Formats: sequence, C-alpha cells, structure tokens
Amino acid sequence: MSVEKNWEPKIIAFTCNWCTYTGADLAGLNRMKYPENVHLVRVPCSSRVNPQFILRAFQKGCDGVMVCGCHPGDCHYATGNYFTRRRFMLMKRLLEYNGIDPQRFQARWISGSEAAKFRDTMTQVTAQIRELGPNSKFQEKWYQEGGPENE
Amino acid sequence: MLRYAYYPGCSMDSTGATYKKSIEFVAEKIGLDLREIKDWNCCGATAAHTKDEMMALALPARNLALAESEDLGLDIAIPCAACYSRMKYSLHAVRTDEEKKEQIQEIIEMPYEGKNDVLSFLDIFSTEEAMEACRSKMVRTLSGLKVACYYGCLLSRPHEVTGGEDTENPMDMDRIVALTGAEPVDWSFKTECCGASHQVDVPKEARPLLDRILRNAQANGAQAIVTACPLCNMNLDMRQAEINEKMEKKYNLPVYQFTELLAVAMGAGAKEIGLHKHFFPAFELMKKYAKRAGENG
Amino acid sequence: MSRTGVIICHCGTNIASMVDVEKVAEEIGKIPGVVYSVTNKYTCSEPGQQMIKDAIEEHSLDRIVIGACTPRMHETTFRKMLKGTKINPYMLEIANLREQCAWVHTDKEKATEKAISLVRMSVAKVGSNKPLFTSFIPIHKKALVIGGGIAGIQAALDIADAGHEVTLVEREPSIGGKMVMLDKTFPTLDCSACISTPKMVDVSAHPNITLKTSCEVEAVTGYVGNFEVTIRQKARYVNHDICTGCGLCETKCPSKISDEFNQGIGERKAIYKLFPQAVPAKPVIDAQNCRKLNGSAKCGVCQIVCPLQCIDFEDKDQLITETYGAIVVATGYELIDWTKLYGEYGSGRYADVISGLQFERLVNASGPTEGHILRPSDQKEPKDVVIVKCVGSRDEKKGKSYCSRACCMYGAKHAHQILEKIPGSNVYIFYMDVRTPGKGYEEFYNRTREDGATYIRGRVAKIYKEGDKLICTGEDTLIGKPVTVKADMVILETAMVPARGVEEIVSKLGISMDGDHWVQEAHPKLRPVETQTAGIFLAGTCQGPKDIPDTVAQASAAAVKVCGVFSKEQMETSPMISRVNEEKCCGCEFCVKCCPYSAIAMKEIDGREGNRKIKRMVATVNSGLCQGCGACTAACRTGAIDLLGYTNDQILKEVDALCL
Repeated sequence: MSVEKNWEPKIIAFTCNWCTYTGADLAGLNRMKYPENVHLVRVPCSSRVNPQFILRAFQKGCDGVMVCGCHPGDCHYATGNYFTRRRFMLMKRLLEYNGIDPQRFQARWISGSEAAKFRDTMTQVTAQIRELGPNSKFQEKWYQEGGPENE
Repeated sequence: MLRYAYYPGCSMDSTGATYKKSIEFVAEKIGLDLREIKDWNCCGATAAHTKDEMMALALPARNLALAESEDLGLDIAIPCAACYSRMKYSLHAVRTDEEKKEQIQEIIEMPYEGKNDVLSFLDIFSTEEAMEACRSKMVRTLSGLKVACYYGCLLSRPHEVTGGEDTENPMDMDRIVALTGAEPVDWSFKTECCGASHQVDVPKEARPLLDRILRNAQANGAQAIVTACPLCNMNLDMRQAEINEKMEKKYNLPVYQFTELLAVAMGAGAKEIGLHKHFFPAFELMKKYAKRAGENG
Repeated sequence: MSRTGVIICHCGTNIASMVDVEKVAEEIGKIPGVVYSVTNKYTCSEPGQQMIKDAIEEHSLDRIVIGACTPRMHETTFRKMLKGTKINPYMLEIANLREQCAWVHTDKEKATEKAISLVRMSVAKVGSNKPLFTSFIPIHKKALVIGGGIAGIQAALDIADAGHEVTLVEREPSIGGKMVMLDKTFPTLDCSACISTPKMVDVSAHPNITLKTSCEVEAVTGYVGNFEVTIRQKARYVNHDICTGCGLCETKCPSKISDEFNQGIGERKAIYKLFPQAVPAKPVIDAQNCRKLNGSAKCGVCQIVCPLQCIDFEDKDQLITETYGAIVVATGYELIDWTKLYGEYGSGRYADVISGLQFERLVNASGPTEGHILRPSDQKEPKDVVIVKCVGSRDEKKGKSYCSRACCMYGAKHAHQILEKIPGSNVYIFYMDVRTPGKGYEEFYNRTREDGATYIRGRVAKIYKEGDKLICTGEDTLIGKPVTVKADMVILETAMVPARGVEEIVSKLGISMDGDHWVQEAHPKLRPVETQTAGIFLAGTCQGPKDIPDTVAQASAAAVKVCGVFSKEQMETSPMISRVNEEKCCGCEFCVKCCPYSAIAMKEIDGREGNRKIKRMVATVNSGLCQGCGACTAACRTGAIDLLGYTNDQILKEVDALCL
C-alpha cells in the first residue's frame, strides 16, 4: 500500500486524570516539545478504558493507541491500574492475533511528576508509529477491499 | 498392625551390631513385623550427596522403589539416622518435584511414586500402638537411671524434608525411654552436631563438638546417653575415652541405643543384646539400675 | 438539536501565539449544533465569564465548550460560573489548548490543526453531556475510636477537645494499652505511667467522651458520615453504675490466675482490675476463671462481701447500635509469640529467658517485683544479662521480614536500666544493626554504651541452661569468631505484630491489610492516616510498627482528619459516579469484584421472564462510597454500568471526533 503524501500518524492516548494527564500538563508548563500527533483523552482512571474504545479508535482511523496511568501501586483509586494492566495484556494479545502490530497499542505508566518521561514517551511512540506507516486494519476501506480475505 | 518394610542399611551388621540385636529382641517381644527389602543397596549416606545430587537421590530411591514394587503398601522402617535422612530427601524430591521424579525413575529404571512413608524407629516406637505393646511387655524397671536422649542432627533436620517434630527439643525418644522407668533429663544438646564426619579427618577440631554434648548431658544430671542411630552411638561411645584422655575430662556416660533400654526392661540378658560389646563400659550401670518390675530400691 | 457555545481563549498570548485561535473558532463554528463560536482574550477573567453568561442568554445556549488552559486549572471556576445561569454546571467541556497544545508545539499550522481536533472532540463529547446534580449526605458528628491504647486515647481526646462527641471502645476492662505496661520511655526516661495515666483520667472525665471498656465492635455498615456500628458490651458481672471500686471483692476472691497485664509474671484474682490505675477504676469478673461462673465451685464470695450489691452473676452480653460519622482504628500491636518460633532459645522452657515487655513489668515499680529486677526462676538479682535484638524481626525464615523500629531503642533503655539498678552488672546486647532514627535517640544509644553496655554484632544461635546459668552462644561478626556469654537472665526484644483479631475488625470495616496484616493506609507517603474507605482513619501501630511519639502524632493527625469530616453539616458528593441500568444488568457481579471501595452491592428487583414475574439480582452503586474511578464500567459485560460524566457514549464520541 502506498503511503499518502503528507501522511501524519494519528495517535490517541487515554490518560488518567491523576497521573499521566497531570504529567502532560507539567510538560506543557515546562514548555517541553513533542510531536502534535498525540491527542489526549482524559479519563478518571486508566481502568475506565473500555476495550471498545481501543477498537473504535483503530476502526475510525487511529494509527496508534495508548493507555497511560499511574505507576502500579500508586493508583489514585488504589487498585485501578492493576485492572488496566491485566486488561491491557489481554487486549494486546487479541490485537496481535488480529494482525495489529503490538507497537500500535501500548500502555505506559507516567506519574504527574514525570513530564520528561511523558515527552520522551510521546516522541518515541510517534516515531515508532511513523515507521510502521498508516493502519488500515478494521477500517471501512479495508473491509471494502476484502478485509480479512485480503491477507 | 506393627508391620513395616525394613531397610537395615550397612551398619546393622557392623558398628550397629548391638542395635540390631536389641531391635530383634524387642521386635520379637512386641510382635513388630519387619520385612527386609530384597536386594537393597547402599543409601549413599555421607558421600554421595557431596558429589552428585541426582546420585544422592537415586541411590535411596531404588530401595524405596523396591519396597513399593512389592506392593504391600507398607511404610519403610529405617534404624539408621543417616539412611533415614537420605531416604527422606529422595521421598521429598519425588513428592514435590515432578522433574526430579522423572529423572530419578529414569536413573533407577523403575517406576517410583513415593506412595509410602519413610519412618525412623523413633517414629515407629512413638506410635500409640507400639508404646502400648512395649508397656505390656515390661518385666524390669530402670527406675532411677537418669539419661540424656540424644537425637542427633539428621532425624529432625531439615524440617521441610523430615516434617518431623521440634527441631530443637524433640520429645519422642524421651517418651519412649520413660516407658522403661528411666528418667530422661531436660537438656539442651539433643540435636546438636556431634561432628561425626570430621572425627576422622580433623579430630582435633571435631572433639570440642562431642565434648559440649557430653558436658551438657552430665551438667544436667544424666548418667548415660541414649541414641537412636548406629552412627551417633558409635561416635559418642567409641570416642569418649579419647575425649577424656586428650581433653583431660572425666566423663563417665555409657551410651545405649534406646532399643537396648527397651530390651533390658523386657528382660533381655546382657549377652543376648551385646551390652558387653560397647566401647565405653555399659554393663555395670545397667546392672546397677535394672530391677525386676515391682521390686523397690 | 443541541445548541453549543464555543469560546476559544487567547490566554493573553499563551495560546494565541502558537494557535490561530480565530481559525479554530471559525472551523468549529461550522460543526452542526455549534451556534456560537468566538474567541476571547482572557476567558477566566470577570469580563470573560460575563461574556459567556450573556451569550447563554442571547443565543439560548444549552452547553458550553471552552478551549483554554488545562481543565485541572479552571474547570471548577467555570462550573461555579454556570451555577448562576440556566445551564447545568456539568454541561461544560474544556479543551486543553495551552498545556497540551500551544506550549508543547512549535509549528503554528500543525498546532492550529491539533487545536481544532481537540476542540472538536470536546464539542462531540459535550453533545452527550447530561445535567448532573450533586447530592448531599448528612454527617453524624460523632466519632468512634476503636482501641484504647495511647493512640486511641490521644485521638479521642483531640476530637473531643475540638467539640465533637467520641465513643472510645476498648475490649480490655481498662484503657491504657501497652504504654501503661512500660516502665520508662526512651530517650527521656519519663515514667510511662506518669505521662499516660493522666490522659486516661482525662478520657474518663471528658464530657464529650463515652468510654466503653470490655466492648468489641460487632458489625459495621454504612459510609462516611453514616456508619451504623453495633458494639458488643461483654458481660462484666459487676454493675459499674453502683460500684465504687473499693476493691474488697478483689481481696477476698479465692481464684488466682496468671496475670496477663504483668505478662504472666505474678498472679491476679478472678474478679480484678487490670492494674491499680485502671480506668474505669472498677473490677470485672473473668468468667472463665471464676469458680462460680465456670461452675467449679459455689463460691460467690465477692457477692457476699460487696457492700453495695454490685455483683450480678446473671449479667449478659449486650448489643448497642449507634451511628457515627467517622471511625479511627487504633487497634495496636502485640509481641510475636517467640516461644513457637525459636526452639534454639528454649521455646519458653527457661523461665529466665523473657520478652522485653516482661522485663518492663519486672523493672516497673508497680509490677510484681515492685521494680526490683529479680529473675523469675529464683527471684535472684541477675548480674550478667544478655539482650537479644531482632527476635522475630528482620528474620524472613522464622519471623517477619520487617524491622520493628522501636526495639533498638528500648533495648538500649533496658540495658541502661539494668546497669543503673544493679551495681556491678554486665549487659551484653546482641544486635544486627543499631537503628536510632529519632530525636535524641542516637545520643541515648551512645549514653548506654558509655554506661557500660557491651554491644556484640551478631545473632544468638542458641541459648541453653547449664546449672543456673543460661549459656548464649553466637557469632561476633565483627571479629568473625564464635562468642559465648554465660548469663543469669536473657531479654528477647521481640517483633511487633498486629494485635490479635485485627483480621476480623478489618473485614468488618471493609478496609484492607498488607501481607503482614498491618492495616493498609490509602497512600504510604501522602495519605498515611487515611484508609481507602472515606471516613475511616488510622492511628498508631495498627498501621505498622512505631514508637510512642510517632503513634501520638499519627493519632492527632487522624483526629484532625475526623474534625475535617465534621467541619461541615453535610457532605457534597461528586455526581460523577457510576450508575447501573437495571434493565441491562445481568447480575454477573464482575463490577462488585473490581470496585476498590466496596461501593457496589447486589440487590433484588422484580423482573420478568416471558410472562412470568421473577425476582432477579442487579448491581447497585452506593453514592456515598463510589469515588468515580470507572473500573467497574470496563468490566461490565452488558454495558449496564456507566460512569456519569465519562460515559461510554461520551468517550466514543470523542474518539470518533478525533478520527474525522
């Protein structure tokens, strides 16, 4: 498949309000620079992220999806990110099974004080996704072209 | 029923000769049925486990597998503490480690599932049934004889493997010996190392280990030491005179197997069980205390 | 059709310099449903807020999107502003155009594009917003303190002094806990009873404190502000309303029992006060050991001698239920039972191998020896004493992996007391490390060494008896040689473990414990006195080993937390909590299992199966307990449970909007 001219990866990051979203704000406060490709969706806790959200993101045209929360053991809601971790592992394997490159779906633990880690992670993930090229899997066009039959 | 598969081990016809005689005497009296495992081999004690773990596990396992193959469903009785320890290690490995179990079976070329338990003679004699059988056969009392029961290191340690009673202050032998009327003293070196394996190569370093056991037994009023193993027995018995000489001590603590006390209390003659064969004179003390049951003073 | 108003903030030049705000407003204005889209220099300012209010009126807006700084900055500001308008404060979304766009990007064109995306996402989300309403729960301004040791006493006094009612529950017949057993406290060597008994008296005399001794918590339900607690008043067999505490019954009682307060050294009667300065200063009958109550004899002497007929052999346990707004857990510690673990120290067979707490009673002027250090076996004064530290602590194999924190210091104190009270005595302290983190602690340790205590670095391998001496053998790891000390008495400074029964109280309260059964705090660093359950706080050693100053500090901190809860008449609860659609709920209980706050329960409702009426179970959320994390929503198989403010629909709309 030929990569469209001027293609830019579209990345969505579900971030918990207490750690990673705060870390992202701190990165802003420190005027740290990272690619524009990352868009944050604020959720109270990473455990709020329903697998459906991830599938929908890929389906509608995202090239990469991230789930970010507090470090395990530091969850604002005590145990939420442990659920996230387990659900993430399951989801990752499901996506892999369906032929989605595991790099397209990543979970990261970034605390409210780790602005530099936030910047570095977002920069690195964007580069990885750029390398992979656009994702077409699960998208309307992919189905029109035959979907799974194509592979 | 007091019926067991029996693994005598190599010492029963050598250093443990008196132990063997007393066991046979007592077994006869109380109806203890010991069925010697056919074609048994060395348990590997004292050497194998320092050389090769699998050899140390496989050697005893073959004996246990033989007992299992006879399909009598009998637990295995073992008179020697060192044999007991090695057998327990094999049993523990087979029961807890699938991988080792397979390796062992491969080496011994026999199936072995670890169905039956491995028991020391203390385990056997401390059962209610055996205690009761012994009690009913007592014709003499050793009343007034104060003894220190020495268990040695291998009967209770390591706890994960033996699953036995208290590693510091076991009481099984004390309870068995009390049946004879003898009085076990409360002392603190029941399971302390006697340095047996170093008595040959570095006796000078090993002597203090024996010395502290003898000292504590004597300090707590014991007149004799009682053991449940041919090795422990030999070490304390054979080297006591040497300790007295080299370390300028005056210990006078005859060393008996617990089965010897039982045998005497059940009416055995001194020659019958080999009381005169001890290194450290053991006959006189026994003569002094053994009285016909019911007789006072 | 919704009527959305969008305001894109310049934030001075903060946003406007990197994002073409006018273009953003123009592009967003093209989205169907957006009827108003403008920019503003400073939206959070007074004129900025007024502009929004005017626009709401003028354009009949029913929801607002503001593209500005992070919502963590001004979300509350704008919600407060909306309270004065016809729009519900929760019909608002904020797109983060400053911290997560303008400030972190360098290409104005791309930044503008991203800003449009972000605002479009917010517009999509706000379209599904529903008005939400905060609810209020009443606060019962009465606190329950569980445990009457120094932690519970301090917490109760502080809450009561702040003007609130407190019930202090203690299962023993007297408050005081472990601290009153101690003789002196390190490093100042204050007499422990002298500083703790006045506090005990203060508790009993305080008009705001109801003291309930011989009581245990039976059941707890409810949530912050409204805990329904059932307390079991155990039968005391003595009517405390009449009893004057004259003590005649105690002197005449014929049953003698090993005295637990004195750690088994000495005896007490079957009708007894825990110790002379007990509060309340009235006796109770120990039914197990009373000859009349256990049926072993007729007796009843106490009843005969009591001048006021206080003795009631028919007394029964009573259950009392009350409502409390907050709970302080102060259940404390006890010492590990070393006799079951350390055969090499004699398993308790040697009378003169004692625990540190037993030594405290021996050296205590009101103890069984009136403060003379006499060894239990023969009442002789010991000359050579060995102190073994870390018995059960820092010992993963036999005891606990943690350090019990106070033992190094009270070990030094014990050494000091022996050297002071017994002239010519020798004290040998076997230690692994000496840990003295506290004000004046290192100085105290140094003083003890100057007093003449011999510190030997190593563990004692074996203690045995020879004659009337206890032989302690071990290794001096600093010189690498075995050492043997012949001692007259050995003191084992044993590990602290949670008080017995902590497991039950924790499960009744619905809070959690760590692997060693210490009660779990909400955050080890930032919320050390709170639990995961709102309204339940921790004080003292129930949370982990600590010394007296730390215990008292934590108790006061817990009291402040309670007063914080009590500072309002009622508590506003966030409306952004989970809600169950009972039609969809299949009763699988997955949500119940993953709720960190035990906020979800099952209830029975009427249902239908074909034409048949049936009963079925569905989940229900307790709004007092739910904190709105949403963990349950992702676990729900049928999508029946949803998080208000962050509904599945809202988040999916955001995702869709990004991907346009």
